[in-house]
Amino acid sequence: MLELALNARRGTFQLQMTCSLASDWTVIFGPSGAGKSTLLRLLSGLERPDHGRITLDSYMLTDSATGLWRKPGHRHTSMVAQQHALFPHLSVAANVAYGLNHLDCAGRAARVEEMLNLVDAKDLAGRRPRDLSGGEAQRVALARALAPAPRLLLLDEPFSALDGAASEALLGRLRLWLRANGVQTVLATHEAADAFATRAEVALLSEGNLIALGLAEDVLAAERERLFRRLRSF
Amino acid sequence: MDWQAFALTLRLATVTTAILLAVAVPLAALLVLGRSRWLPVLEALATLPLVLPPTVLGFFMLVLLGPRTAVGRWITALLGHPLAFSFSGLVVGSVIYSLPFAVQPLVAGFGAVEPALVDAARMLGAGPVRLVLTLLVPLARRSLVAATVLSFLHTVGEFGVVLMLGGDIPGATRTLSIVLYNQVENFDYGAAGRTSAILLGLSVMALAAIYSSGQSSRRRRA
Repeated sequence: MLELALNARRGTFQLQMTCSLASDWTVIFGPSGAGKSTLLRLLSGLERPDHGRITLDSYMLTDSATGLWRKPGHRHTSMVAQQHALFPHLSVAANVAYGLNHLDCAGRAARVEEMLNLVDAKDLAGRRPRDLSGGEAQRVALARALAPAPRLLLLDEPFSALDGAASEALLGRLRLWLRANGVQTVLATHEAADAFATRAEVALLSEGNLIALGLAEDVLAAERERLFRRLRSF
Repeated sequence: MDWQAFALTLRLATVTTAILLAVAVPLAALLVLGRSRWLPVLEALATLPLVLPPTVLGFFMLVLLGPRTAVGRWITALLGHPLAFSFSGLVVGSVIYSLPFAVQPLVAGFGAVEPALVDAARMLGAGPVRLVLTLLVPLARRSLVAATVLSFLHTVGEFGVVLMLGGDIPGATRTLSIVLYNQVENFDYGAAGRTSAILLGLSVMALAAIYSSGQSSRRRRA
């Protein structure tokens, strides 16, 4: 369970959000500029909120009242950014192993193999990021994020470089694995297909505010109703 | 040819460069990754020797390290001799004078590393030291080569600070630049030409090292 009450101002933009995300797979949906990436950066610890608190399964990540702010890497949280951000000077295997410093050599190698198998990238282990296609790079970035066994996985438009069939297959296998390993996932997207295709909890974000939160079909119905009301008011 | 001065110059440049890299790598990383509002002041201080006349810097250091200041008296008590007019004093002066030549290339190189890579490393638990050693330094290795070569060359060719702070003591503070000055003052242009040729050769070789490292990294990227 991810509980957040956040207030963060970035220039003229302000993100204000109070909610509890209970589902193991939550989609943050909204147009570009709605605040999705800012929200993920606040959850990851890469940015600090002006005020507010975030707890993950009762584990406090941020609390401005007490001044608590856990650094990225100390939050049991991983993130896959839109631009993959693979380390160009390291092989795929070394990229996946980067967050596994706490394991010994054998443990690291086994974990890297397990993660690369999960994303169908075992054959890529020795390659450099510059030799990967966009889809391969995204799968490796996913393996790298999952390797340290996070409790919270943040995905920022993570499947944009995968084709439809590959994306669907990977997504299905990934969700099973995440559920089996107790990893809560928050996925940010502006693609309605990604947001509403799966039976997921959807948080609808607009101009930094949470508009709706619930099951995909309920949020979609409410949003359709809201748009109809706006159209009728003209 | 004054081989004693040649050896002393190389020793001074090597020690200075080693100290400079140990100081400049963390300093440049702090300037690039840090968030303190005092960082511009720190960067200005690190760049100051670039615009300060070497003789002025040498004079300030001569006074600071001399017996009239508390710092100078403390160092003299600690080492058993004053820093001024000694090899150690020359090293301190050279480190301060060449600091911008080590810091600036590194700031440029570290600053060119994509922020998304830094974020990814932080998310994977990298602290500041690991971030610098496993990400910034490997990705900015050409800047590291440039910082090394520029620091070395700048120290080899240094004159004003050396003369003010070290004087002209054979085997202790007489570097090639001082030898060259003495040779010209004595109208020994033949010897001065040979000394200049050595200084020129060192510069050309070092710059060739920078450009060959740049070419090989371009070939790797291609």
